[in-house]
Amino acid sequence: MRGFYSRKIHSLLGVIPLAFFFIEHMLTNFSAVEKGADGFKDSVLWLNSLPLVFFLELLFIWLPLMYHGVYGLYIAYQSKPNLNRYNLERNWRYTLQRVSGIVTFVFIIWHLYETRVQVALGNVTHEELGGVMHEIVPQPLWLAFYIVGIVAACFHFANGLWSFLVSWGITIGPRSQRVSSYICMGLFVLVTFMFLLSLVTFRDSEFKTAEAIAEAVNTVIQVRE
Amino acid sequence: MAETAAASKNVKFIITRQDDPQSAPYTEEFNLPYRPGMNVISALMEIQRNPVNAKGEATVPVCWESNCLEEVCGACSMVINGKPRQACAALIDNLEQPIRVEPMSTFPVVRDLIIDRTRMFNALKKVKAWIPIDGTYDLGPGPRMAEKKRQWAYELSKCMTCGVCLEACPNVNAKTDFIGPAAISQVRLFNAHPTGEMNADERLEALMTDGGIEGCGNSQNCVRACPKGIPLTTSIAEINKQTTKHMFKRWLGM
Repeated sequence: MRGFYSRKIHSLLGVIPLAFFFIEHMLTNFSAVEKGADGFKDSVLWLNSLPLVFFLELLFIWLPLMYHGVYGLYIAYQSKPNLNRYNLERNWRYTLQRVSGIVTFVFIIWHLYETRVQVALGNVTHEELGGVMHEIVPQPLWLAFYIVGIVAACFHFANGLWSFLVSWGITIGPRSQRVSSYICMGLFVLVTFMFLLSLVTFRDSEFKTAEAIAEAVNTVIQVRE
Repeated sequence: MAETAAASKNVKFIITRQDDPQSAPYTEEFNLPYRPGMNVISALMEIQRNPVNAKGEATVPVCWESNCLEEVCGACSMVINGKPRQACAALIDNLEQPIRVEPMSTFPVVRDLIIDRTRMFNALKKVKAWIPIDGTYDLGPGPRMAEKKRQWAYELSKCMTCGVCLEACPNVNAKTDFIGPAAISQVRLFNAHPTGEMNADERLEALMTDGGIEGCGNSQNCVRACPKGIPLTTSIAEINKQTTKHMFKRWLGM
């Protein structure tokens, strides 16, 4: 009985709230593409001006993320991939869902350390987050790391929606599962494109912030190296 | 191939053997004379008749299990050229050589190609894959079943508990206690039956215990591997729906 509920909660939290937050994050980032550095700053500030923002973050991001991530690692550990025997599209997605989950787990921890944790420590303010990204993106290795992390997260999100629909008995027959596959893989491409577009936008010099901030960023980078 | 000297043609086998449940597996090669229409079972019978391996040494005949020889009993399931399937339906003409034959090692190996599928029969008991009609008096005829429903339910009843779907599933392994696709599909079958439906909740609750339906990871290998073409993933998704509904109903006390 415990296994059933813990797995159901894992599945539910993946969509509510995590998938919704993922979309929200994508839109916030995209404001950098649409409205530039000021637009991005406004979006970040708006999000952080929500009432009880600490509890919103705790209940709708931190705790669900921790549960989904840790339980997900356990699910990945329990699998025994057999692509050599069954080189099939669904089996590939099954395997990639687990691989992308692990990659996303590592990526999110690092990304949070660079951004949210630095804000919490007082090294960076919310207004300066665009500047932090501006410092990271021109470095080829870190750009590659971010691209891999983003693609993994986007795949995990889109394919996770597909399997959520199966696991909750919404898409039952082969046709509905095929159509939802097309929709979810289309979503994967779209979401990846939007995130990557935002990522390269952070290269623009308008995201460069004052020298003092750059110094704070440098300390982060030095810690990382 | 326009092979004229068919009589002298040989078929090469590489068979994974194991002397007892505890001992380590090893492979042994066999060269058998080709005969038209032969299959893996008839090849194993040939080894039984003349137990000599490819090196010309006398050996112990390979053990296997089989009954019906027409792909309806499920007893002769083994891994042939990397794919779990029934040996009786594996025609030599359709197989690439050398033919590699292994036991389905997801199950405990008893000896050579014989495996112990007890867990599958225990799974059927766990989910109560039957219709309870025994009693002390005649219960009379049950409700009728719509013909349309009977047609798809009949497909599910073709399951022969052969174990191929469990062997194909990446979530059935030593690290999990996942019940496997076969028993889940049987729950759908018996929950669809007008009389069986009266005990539907019992079967759903059995699948909501540890090792139940939550173990499915949607790799969907099972539906591709099933020798009877049973729509296993449709069954799993349908039971996902039934268990989810049951979960909410139970919470709400309905």
